[in-house]
Amino acid sequence: MSVSTPHASCDEPLLARETPIQRRRLRAAWLFLTPMLLCLALVAAWPLLRTFWFSLTDANLADTRGATFVGFSNYLFYNGSGWSGILVDPQWWNAVRNTLHFTMVSVGLEIVLGLLVALLLNIKFTGRSLVRALILIPWAIPTIVSAKIWSWMLNDQFGIINHLMLSLGLIDMPLAWTADASLSMWAVIIVDVWKTVPFVTLLMLAALQMLPSDCYEAARVDGIHPLHVFWRVTLPLLMPALLVAAIFRILDSLRVFDVIYVLTSNSSSTMSMSVYARQHLVEFQDVGYGSAASTLLFLVVAVIALLYLYLGRRQLEVRS
Amino acid sequence: MIKLKLDNVNKQLGGARILRDVSLEIAAGEFVVFVGPSGCGKSTLLRLIAGLDSICGGDLLIDGRRVNDLEPRERGVGMVFQSYALYPHMSVYDNISFGLKLAKTEKSSLRERVLKTAQILQLDKLLQRKPKELSGGQRQRVAMGRAMAREPDILLFDEPLSNLDASLRVQMRNEIARLHARLGSTMIYVTHDQVEAMTLADKIVVLNGGRVEQVGSPRELYERPARRFVAGFLGSPRMNFMPARLHAPGKTSLIDTPVAGMTALPFDSSNLPADAQLSLGIRPEHLSLKAAEGANGVVVTGVEYLGSETYVHLESGQDEPLICRCEVNAGWQVGDRVELQLDTDNLHLFDADGTALKRHPAAAEHLPDDVALHSFRARAL
Amino acid sequence: MSPRLLKKALLRLGFWCLIGILLLYAVFPFYYAIVTSLKPSSTLFEVSYWIDRPDFSNYAAVLHQPSFLKAIGNSLVVALCVVTLALFLSLTAAYALGRVKFRGRGTVLMMVLGVSMFPQVAVLSGLFEVIRALGLYNTSWALILSYTIFTLPFTVWVLTTFMGQLPHELEEAAIMDGASPWVTLTRVLLPLLWPALVTTGLLAFIAAWNEFLFALTFTLTDTQRTVPVAIALISGGSPHELPWGLLMAASVLVTVPLVILVLIFQRRIVSGLTAGALKG
Repeated sequence: MSVSTPHASCDEPLLARETPIQRRRLRAAWLFLTPMLLCLALVAAWPLLRTFWFSLTDANLADTRGATFVGFSNYLFYNGSGWSGILVDPQWWNAVRNTLHFTMVSVGLEIVLGLLVALLLNIKFTGRSLVRALILIPWAIPTIVSAKIWSWMLNDQFGIINHLMLSLGLIDMPLAWTADASLSMWAVIIVDVWKTVPFVTLLMLAALQMLPSDCYEAARVDGIHPLHVFWRVTLPLLMPALLVAAIFRILDSLRVFDVIYVLTSNSSSTMSMSVYARQHLVEFQDVGYGSAASTLLFLVVAVIALLYLYLGRRQLEVRS
Repeated sequence: MIKLKLDNVNKQLGGARILRDVSLEIAAGEFVVFVGPSGCGKSTLLRLIAGLDSICGGDLLIDGRRVNDLEPRERGVGMVFQSYALYPHMSVYDNISFGLKLAKTEKSSLRERVLKTAQILQLDKLLQRKPKELSGGQRQRVAMGRAMAREPDILLFDEPLSNLDASLRVQMRNEIARLHARLGSTMIYVTHDQVEAMTLADKIVVLNGGRVEQVGSPRELYERPARRFVAGFLGSPRMNFMPARLHAPGKTSLIDTPVAGMTALPFDSSNLPADAQLSLGIRPEHLSLKAAEGANGVVVTGVEYLGSETYVHLESGQDEPLICRCEVNAGWQVGDRVELQLDTDNLHLFDADGTALKRHPAAAEHLPDDVALHSFRARAL
Repeated sequence: MSPRLLKKALLRLGFWCLIGILLLYAVFPFYYAIVTSLKPSSTLFEVSYWIDRPDFSNYAAVLHQPSFLKAIGNSLVVALCVVTLALFLSLTAAYALGRVKFRGRGTVLMMVLGVSMFPQVAVLSGLFEVIRALGLYNTSWALILSYTIFTLPFTVWVLTTFMGQLPHELEEAAIMDGASPWVTLTRVLLPLLWPALVTTGLLAFIAAWNEFLFALTFTLTDTQRTVPVAIALISGGSPHELPWGLLMAASVLVTVPLVILVLIFQRRIVSGLTAGALKG
């Protein structure tokens, strides 16, 4: 975001002569920022640091003050006969695998579907604004509610999905969507995709409407095939918006909690990193161990976010 | 009375120097136009005066008071922006009164002032409208009204007409001129359009590369440009320039040009060495043509018919052709060979730095007899 | 019919089929929840696509649960407070970040972006401690405070973008009129940001209304719970005997206001994202 405002500071050798208006704006800027920064420091920065610290202690939920420093033993510890700690916990690695699997499949589907729906809704037709409004419904429904609705629809005995598929002859027996280990991840993905496609569509639609129309008129005059126009003009121009949408969705998916918690509870076949960490933090009251898991999740997210931002920027640079 | 004074003002942004040692005096009630190519620093200079940008070096004085460190509202200036920058959510009345309200003007006098301003600008019937319901010219007037409402001593205009179409621009130009006559306030106006500059200004300041090239009345600048840049910038089609060599320096210069041959001109070149490279300038309207005999003269390479006049392009031996402004029925055609006649009273001579050589006031009497004076003929190229 | 017209007709048909499928996909689950909620428990387990005689006994049952009504009230209070707090904090911050170029601006923006990437669970234990230390455990304030962690970065980011898009001459005009930064923000820029405020406010409201993890962790008793937790905790005798009719009725009740909001402000949400570049 480049912002051009009346700024203009002077460089050496004619240094630091700002007009009073600029000084006043600078003072105001910091004054205006302070409440937000204080708030974020209180709810984000300090708690995060405490979490890092707890991960090095044996803190217990009932009394976090009485914690003692235990080094990295929550992560990895040799107790004389074997290794213990998160890094050798198969449950943890299972949660990592589940989370990555969920992220890749659901974000991929969401981006593709979101783009397709946006292209469809970018066409002018009667009733378009009504359709646009209606497709926002899944997005407006609370995650918990959509998880409940879908778990009812996916119910193994009375669910409408099984009923439909049985009557269409697609399956012979009802499927246990949320209980069957091989299906439950798909159930989670179905719900998540259903809920978040509208969000991606919204972003894509906004981006589509900001595309310069003269490119399209030129392409039409030149008689270029619409598919060609899409690949050569629309998609490259949409890339920044796609990237933003993808970043948002990936970061959301990596910390997924609600859908999984409600849809499949603590089942190990869908357990995500967040579910794992919360289980240890709250249910097992082991703040030290749970914080270690949280810290690792934070690191995974941070690494992926940085990598993604780096690659994204490189890609944009190459393009321009 | 000096209203505004700039004393060696400098402006630097990043590594780039936007303005270099700009010194200028503006009298009260004057209409001053800053003109120059884009990037010459004219808008920056205006913003420095407004107080929107900081001054890096030098002083800015208004009424003899140094105002470098004063806020815009304390300087007694009002500004009209290029894109008008009207507050879209406020009615015309609120747009004009906003500054007055912030200055805590008393209710009754506020209303009075807004109405008076609106009346001057013929906005009386539009006061309740929103900017988006106004035409371009009306928006322009609201922008002026907003700048005027607080009755500033100095009104600043930043390319105010560049968003309007051609006919409206002429109309608004006249309105601004009338406004100046009526208000009598000091106005500083930035434009890249030389017609606006010539028609509006009492005084034109030509800027180039962050420097002041010349300050003067439109007529001074047009007839006696002090710099080659000014000579070339003002006037359309622009002044013709021909390379020349200083044959013999002195109170009267003997110069040699490929187009006009050896000739003595009433310019003082005593401080220049012999053989110095000069540039001879003459405006298209000061050239006249005469049919040449046989293979003499220069070739007509193009004829542009403009209705009221004709521009005849002539082969010059340089990148750009020489241009001569002729009457419509002069009847020249491409391929014709013509002799050039230069009006010596309106010749300009510039040294290699682009500074004009001083012209002798009563030059004619001092010239040696053996040099043809009143018209000299171009020789074949 | 000429081949050309036929092709055109087929394209139209295909297009409307796609729209139909899209609508079915988007709306059917919610529709099905409504259908289920209107069934008496006797016919609950017979699959049907249509309801002949709506039965409101599930709604009556839900609305007679004081804890559920209390949860709706809690959710409303929390979401509205979060929206107000986040919009106020982010509006001033967005002015600073979007309109003033100062040293450290990039760092602040990166920090805000960084916070928005936080997995919520990463601050859970630390935040738990802060909330207990402030004596806010099991109160709505705990949620209002903690929800700023995900609403604030988002609102700051979006409003900064909008703020940066407003023409800077507008602000200079305000400066020439003698406006202070606060006056510029509240009387010149704010009125132009209404679409953006409605959009971001609505998004923040929905995010707060839907939040689950913090609500589950920082509240304990029925009287302090928000709607998502209340719904998640509705249970029958065993996991396989959930009171589905009741559950769907509750789901519909908490979703209908949101759906209505979205339908009303749909244009704002869509155009709010694109608007901003106003030219006087």
